Amino acid sequence: MPCPTVPGFLLATGGSIMSLEGVDLLVIVLYFVAVIGIGLYLKSHTKTGEDFFMAGREMTAWIAGLSFLAANLGSLELMGWAGAAYQYGILATHWYWVGAIPAMLFLGLVMMPFYYICKTHSVPGYLQLRYGEGSRTVAAISFGFMTVLMSGINMFAMAKVMQVVLGWDLHFSIWISSLTVGAYVVLGGLLSAIFNEVLQFVLIWLGAMLVPIVGLIETGGWSGMVARIHSNPVVQQHIQGQDFTHLWSTMGTFTGNPMGIHWTGIVFGLGWVISFGYWTTDFLVVQRVMSAKDLRSAKMAPIIGAAFKMFVPFIVILPGLLGLAVLPELLHSEKLALLHPGWHSYNDVLPLMLARYLGPGLLGLGVTALIAGFMSGMAGNVTAFSTVWTYDIYKAFRKVEMSDAHLIKVGRWATIVGILISIGAAYLAMQFQSIMDYVQALFSFFIAPLFGTVIFGMMWKRATPAAGFWGLLTGTASSVAMWVWVKMDPSALRYIALSPNAKDMAENMYRALWSWCICAIVTIVVSYCTKPKPESELVGLVYGIGEIPHEAVLPLWKRPIFWAAIVIVVFFVLNLMVW
Amino acid sequence: MIHGRNMISIWFFIGVLVLVYGIIIFGWGLVSGGHSATGRPITLSELRTDLWMGGFMTLAGAFYTWRFAPKGKAK
Repeated sequence: MPCPTVPGFLLATGGSIMSLEGVDLLVIVLYFVAVIGIGLYLKSHTKTGEDFFMAGREMTAWIAGLSFLAANLGSLELMGWAGAAYQYGILATHWYWVGAIPAMLFLGLVMMPFYYICKTHSVPGYLQLRYGEGSRTVAAISFGFMTVLMSGINMFAMAKVMQVVLGWDLHFSIWISSLTVGAYVVLGGLLSAIFNEVLQFVLIWLGAMLVPIVGLIETGGWSGMVARIHSNPVVQQHIQGQDFTHLWSTMGTFTGNPMGIHWTGIVFGLGWVISFGYWTTDFLVVQRVMSAKDLRSAKMAPIIGAAFKMFVPFIVILPGLLGLAVLPELLHSEKLALLHPGWHSYNDVLPLMLARYLGPGLLGLGVTALIAGFMSGMAGNVTAFSTVWTYDIYKAFRKVEMSDAHLIKVGRWATIVGILISIGAAYLAMQFQSIMDYVQALFSFFIAPLFGTVIFGMMWKRATPAAGFWGLLTGTASSVAMWVWVKMDPSALRYIALSPNAKDMAENMYRALWSWCICAIVTIVVSYCTKPKPESELVGLVYGIGEIPHEAVLPLWKRPIFWAAIVIVVFFVLNLMVW
Repeated sequence: MIHGRNMISIWFFIGVLVLVYGIIIFGWGLVSGGHSATGRPITLSELRTDLWMGGFMTLAGAFYTWRFAPKGKAK
């Protein structure tokens, strides 16, 4: 039967992985109509600053929890980690399990009460209450700057993906996606972003879940897939006899696994510093939980997020492994793929698997899942930037009383400016593609020391304002210095990552660990040399000072600790299943 | 859905979109027979995932649309 053609303005020159049909485009267009429609509807419900920046602090645990997870599912998450699974095997799952679950539960059970009861608008806002303006300023400016830059870099990456996967024009992808995100965030602020993130979360699952299901049917289940990975002649050169399907048993040495990392790097670097840093102090995700309607919801939201996070490898990691088993071609690194027209990179594995299994309509849904992932990540960056700019930079420096209407106006303009800077950053990345690597690294510099500063501030009443400031500053500076050292002298990798065989990811783990340790040492030393804040100023901000509010007396099955215990048991069982 | 507000639930919006998607995917699957008009090969197309998934989405979308439809007055 005749098929409606794809509009010409979407087409760029060159081949693409997928060829969409009219019905696929209809599915994609309906998604854009839905997100703009939701933004328009919510505009009339966004009346106060609390509505715009904190979604009225009225979100249920489910909404806050799913939004908390969806904000992280963007930013190349789906395609990047599917590619990492093809490249490194099942080890990529560590970023979803040990690299997320303990930290998310810790946020819910231990840290959320402090964030929630001090009623701050942001993580830099907490630092201001705990340490003072110095720490807040460092955190706010770094975070604001890096957030919009990251948003732009990711926007460019998304446009590049759409060009490679669908043959869409680069400029069209950048402008249509950023204008759509800008429109619904300007209209409804965080409320609109959260609503859309929940929608995007559902679409991501619906669009991606068929690939692992049909893939496992094709390979004959998990054991069939493992057998086919080891017998697929195409990937033997890539695998080189290493074990791609066990999570922990290959990590006793640096050379026994595809990532070149020891279990200490995964447990302490990823599982402790990077994971806790990201999930408990990165305002992009924490902002979603702060919007919860009460303390119990705020504690439950990260637990609900953790429960779903455990199963995301099903739609992200499994397609990468299935790619190793069934794809008739070998995928290559991005650099090699760029040099050889017709070659596909690791990052293309998810689109290739979508195109392999999904028919008309379903393929449109799969592409919508990819677009939804990118847009939820972008909206997360933009709303976090808008809040930090308005409360922690603009309002903090003006030092005058401001009306709600004025703050919303500033927030809306901050959103527009943030989007425009993001677009500028996307075009900058287009000119200098190596900037993507640098900015990714720059962002990671900040997370580990920030976690050190926040956790000492929250758990140790002796930590002083000067210690918070200098710990954060020296931690960040030392992380940058280590990165520069390895860039200038690659042999320094043996000191930073404890092995000359370490890959980039292993280097990131250990660099984060050392910068956190430096932040911790400086914080402790400076604290003992300077005067702490009086305890009366630390009530509700530090563990052990004042009473931590608890949720009302509830039956066992309604308590956050009960559900956290279930999540942690499932977490251990999953790890043991693929040990 | 939103605590104490007269606001349409997000689950209603999701239900409507999933319902529409389900009808489109199921309907297109019936019309096209599960084959791509461009001749793109689809592995295991005989499983008719378009009908299964389209049907599931239609039912799930219809349920959520009905369950969370605006009632006209806040609870």
